[in-house]
Amino acid sequence: MKCVLVMHSRQGQLPESSYELFTCAEQIGAEQVLVFIGPRAALPPFAGRVYLLDSEVWGEFNPGAHCQAIAEIVRSEQPQLVVLEHSSFGWDLAPRLAASLDAAQISEVVAISADGYEVPCCNAKLRRVLAPATPLCVITVQSGAFDAASPLVGAVAQISEVAPPPQGGKEKFVAYEEAEAASVDLGKAEVVVSAGRGMGKAENIELVARLAAALGGELGASRPVVDAGWVEHDRQVGTTGQCVSPAMYVACGISGAVQHLAGMKKSAFIVAINKDKDAPIGEVADVLAVADAVQLLPQVLEQLG
Amino acid sequence: MKILVCVKQIVDLEARLRVNDDGTWIDCSDLALRMNEYDEYAVEQAVRFKEQCGADQVDVTVLSIGAATVTETLKKALAMGCDRAVHINDDAAWRKDPAQIAAIIAAFAADKGFDLILAGMQSQDRGSAQVGALVAQRLDYGCVTTVIDCDLQPDKITVRRELEGGLKAVVEVKLPALLTCQLGLNTPRYPTLPNIMKAKRKELLSFDVEEFACPDPLVRTVALTPPPRKGSALIIEGGNDEVAAQLAKILVARRVA
Repeated sequence: MKCVLVMHSRQGQLPESSYELFTCAEQIGAEQVLVFIGPRAALPPFAGRVYLLDSEVWGEFNPGAHCQAIAEIVRSEQPQLVVLEHSSFGWDLAPRLAASLDAAQISEVVAISADGYEVPCCNAKLRRVLAPATPLCVITVQSGAFDAASPLVGAVAQISEVAPPPQGGKEKFVAYEEAEAASVDLGKAEVVVSAGRGMGKAENIELVARLAAALGGELGASRPVVDAGWVEHDRQVGTTGQCVSPAMYVACGISGAVQHLAGMKKSAFIVAINKDKDAPIGEVADVLAVADAVQLLPQVLEQLG
Repeated sequence: MKILVCVKQIVDLEARLRVNDDGTWIDCSDLALRMNEYDEYAVEQAVRFKEQCGADQVDVTVLSIGAATVTETLKKALAMGCDRAVHINDDAAWRKDPAQIAAIIAAFAADKGFDLILAGMQSQDRGSAQVGALVAQRLDYGCVTTVIDCDLQPDKITVRRELEGGLKAVVEVKLPALLTCQLGLNTPRYPTLPNIMKAKRKELLSFDVEEFACPDPLVRTVALTPPPRKGSALIIEGGNDEVAAQLAKILVARRVA
């Protein structure tokens, strides 16, 4: 088994989560070839062949050119598997690659077994086990599903720089826009109490905020709650918000989408309040109170005084 | 300007879900049906472009593939302001993989000259995030995924893509193009009663899926299973009084206030 790992830099930096791709490949026991889009300085230590698409000339977002070049590399390397992160980079490039290579694509892989690739579905309530019907398969791997490998200190790579791209892709990168500075640094809080969709409506967020105050912590939220405008964006916990690891994390009405879990599962102690005993948040929780958080929180607040 | 919006009907995912008889998907009978949330943003965006450019300047077609029930979702899109709906009738749509769904959409769109195609970034039930990009690839359209803001100009569109950790990328793409819509792109409207009535008179075309070339599946579903349980959590259940009392004790022991 041979696999091509595709990694890329963002603003010149390699995301830490990229190291999870090494772990994924090791678990399958596959020979690894690396394609890296980024500055040479950000290359991860790697013992093997590296195709370098220097972002100085290739850009960090240039999907047409990236797709064409990587498809060419894959055709010459002939792997069985191409692995990308399930990130804004990976889910954008993977379908383009798969289509160019007439390959199956399996998105958001969280586990690999002899039967196939496991992917979450239906708000992570269920998992599908999928198998490619083609000899080559492109997968995107969910961040947090595999532990990040430690950098291979002292590893020597054989780097070949890929010639500059043809001009004029259909999509043109203009600029990055930084996130507005968060007014709250949830990463510093010792206790984070987060609200999820299960809180039902905006008015009920007050209950979660009061619990956070009673426990000396900060209010956090899951993505749907932020999108609905119930809580400000800078309190969002998860892969598109902040990653936290407080002494205690309390999840109120959060079912536990993988993106949310990736942002909080390193917390030292996790309490979940959820009416669904089977919700995936139960996988990472130390304590699971089976109840409707909207009903339960007033009583808990009363007890806390 | 011609816009195509692709929408998917999904089941209410808050409901209790059961695995179907052949073990590869959920049993959808007796479950409430709704429009995939990401697609609501796509419909809303198309209607906003229509309002922005003038109703006679923009023509919006909404398309869905699925069983007869998807006409309800199409009617909602018409009531939100789309001009016509296209139902590609396929009782076995749930068996199809993203490459097949994309091939059918592309086969429909190939000779229609759409300037812009809008789709949800992913579906809430399967979440593969593939169909939009695959349609663009087949039609040789430019494609930007995970769009949270867009500005339509005469021959191009400037969008913001959501990246990780709050970072965004500003990207330009020439028309014709396909955009996949992320949550938060806009605020989808609720259809008003007069618009629901008006939608009843709008065109709803129906095609049989067999009319469009569809390749063999590239992915096979082996099984549908509940996620593994570590079972290490202390479970507190019972009456709310009892649960609240036990939970409060645990929280007090660990609070920092």
